[in-house]
Amino acid sequence: MRIWSLGRLISPAVAALILAFGLLVVPAVAQNGSSGSNPTAQAVNEQQLLDELNKVQGRITIPDRKAATLQQPQGRDYQGFHERALPWIGAIAIIGMLLVLALFYLFRGRIRTLAGESGIRILRFNALERLAHWTTATAFIILAITGLNFVFGKRLLMPLIGPEAFSTWSIWAKYAHDFVAWAFMLGVLVMLVLWVWDNFPDRYDANWLKSAGGMFDKSNRTHPPAGRFNTGQKLIFWAVVLGGIALSASGIFMLFPFAFTDINGMQTAQYIHAIVGVLLIAVMIAHIYIGTLGMEGAYEAMGSGTVDLNWAKEHHSVWVDEQQAKTKGGVPPHTAPTPAE
Amino acid sequence: MARMKFLCDADRCIECNACVTACKNAHDVPWGINRRRVVTINDGKPGERSVSMACMHCTDAPCAAVCPVDCFYTTADAVVLHSKDLCIGCGYCFYACPFGAPQYPRVGNFGTRGKMDKCTFCAGGPEADSTEIEYAKYGANRLNEGKLPLCAEMCSTKSLLAGDGEIIASIYRERVTQRGYGSGAWGWQTAYRETVEV
Repeated sequence: MRIWSLGRLISPAVAALILAFGLLVVPAVAQNGSSGSNPTAQAVNEQQLLDELNKVQGRITIPDRKAATLQQPQGRDYQGFHERALPWIGAIAIIGMLLVLALFYLFRGRIRTLAGESGIRILRFNALERLAHWTTATAFIILAITGLNFVFGKRLLMPLIGPEAFSTWSIWAKYAHDFVAWAFMLGVLVMLVLWVWDNFPDRYDANWLKSAGGMFDKSNRTHPPAGRFNTGQKLIFWAVVLGGIALSASGIFMLFPFAFTDINGMQTAQYIHAIVGVLLIAVMIAHIYIGTLGMEGAYEAMGSGTVDLNWAKEHHSVWVDEQQAKTKGGVPPHTAPTPAE
Repeated sequence: MARMKFLCDADRCIECNACVTACKNAHDVPWGINRRRVVTINDGKPGERSVSMACMHCTDAPCAAVCPVDCFYTTADAVVLHSKDLCIGCGYCFYACPFGAPQYPRVGNFGTRGKMDKCTFCAGGPEADSTEIEYAKYGANRLNEGKLPLCAEMCSTKSLLAGDGEIIASIYRERVTQRGYGSGAWGWQTAYRETVEV
């Protein structure tokens, strides 16, 4: 009872003392604050953070971790790449390749089989090889058109069909790109397994390169020896395999946004994907040209799977020798019946 | 015409998140989408600062530039808006945005983000002003009612300023002169390619 009443007396007294002390001290501290220490002296500085870390990151109280990045000025670099560098790189690569091929066609014309058709056909690509090629090729053309739509669509197609129709087309193009991508990835892997052994450098490559494969010999008499694939084809193969792997890897990053990387990683994935994409499109235009219009007898190899013996002897002499050596008496293997003409 | 901007006075922000809540409430923003957020830098250390951030309505807006379907437009008040009817949910605007403003209803594997959503400076969208359909897609159109964004209006310390760039810059400049310090207009250099000189 006594303690209780004592306490009741003491408490206000203590409180009054603290308050009085506080009133005396606080102005002193405040005066010190305004005259001496600057409360921003230790404060984080935006420009310093940007200079040192290239971006500003902090703590966030929402589950979305991406939101913790307050500022990433690299977005401006992405804007510059996407709207200035990329359309130029793409246009120069693609239009440049078309011009080069047009000039080449004017110079060289269609490359004919010098000896004419022998009527004997030999198997060049079996069904599995053709399936892998055409799966990849179909997928690639879909991916190329829908991919270019992201760069050039609003510049070329949208003015023609209007924003609404272009938006609808672009949504479907996006889904096509995202799902057809898997067929392309599978196709590249199968082609890698099927053809990698025939695409390592061999002793005929140096000579082939020296004469540029006879491409610039208008007399059509230069046919450097080549194995199953000549050096030009090997370069196409490695462009497809390495470019395809780069596209697949960067594409998977983009299919699962932020699953494997942060915002700057996502931007890098786009830089790789877009540049490799437009360059590979340019390479494929050349591949399609030489495989169809550019050379007589070339399309049949991937079309029906068989080629004329004379064509094979001119373009892949070493391969023909190897094939003939495998069979006794020099009869080419897998002879297909001669078409009745 | 005004040139609308946001300015967060980080020396006043107390990370109360009222701006975030006000925004969500004003626009019925769906769960998981944050048109505005508060980021705390150097949390728990001396000199920590919190900054409230949303779309800055940039000059030469990166989101608008990279959009493959050109769904963005800039109003007479320099507010950057977009059309959810045209948006294809590609996610490019998020990669381009220096401030992480664009939001999507879903995570987005296989391009399934859905239509982008972001701060509209309380100015709605391309639909007719202050209609139900505009509200459903883009939220309230306070600018049309002569009001400024609710986040800044509700700010308890008046840290977050929204309005004409010249006016809010002069308010901030006056504050810095009076109190003798200021950590600057966060994001202005990146967004507007100019800052508030004091």
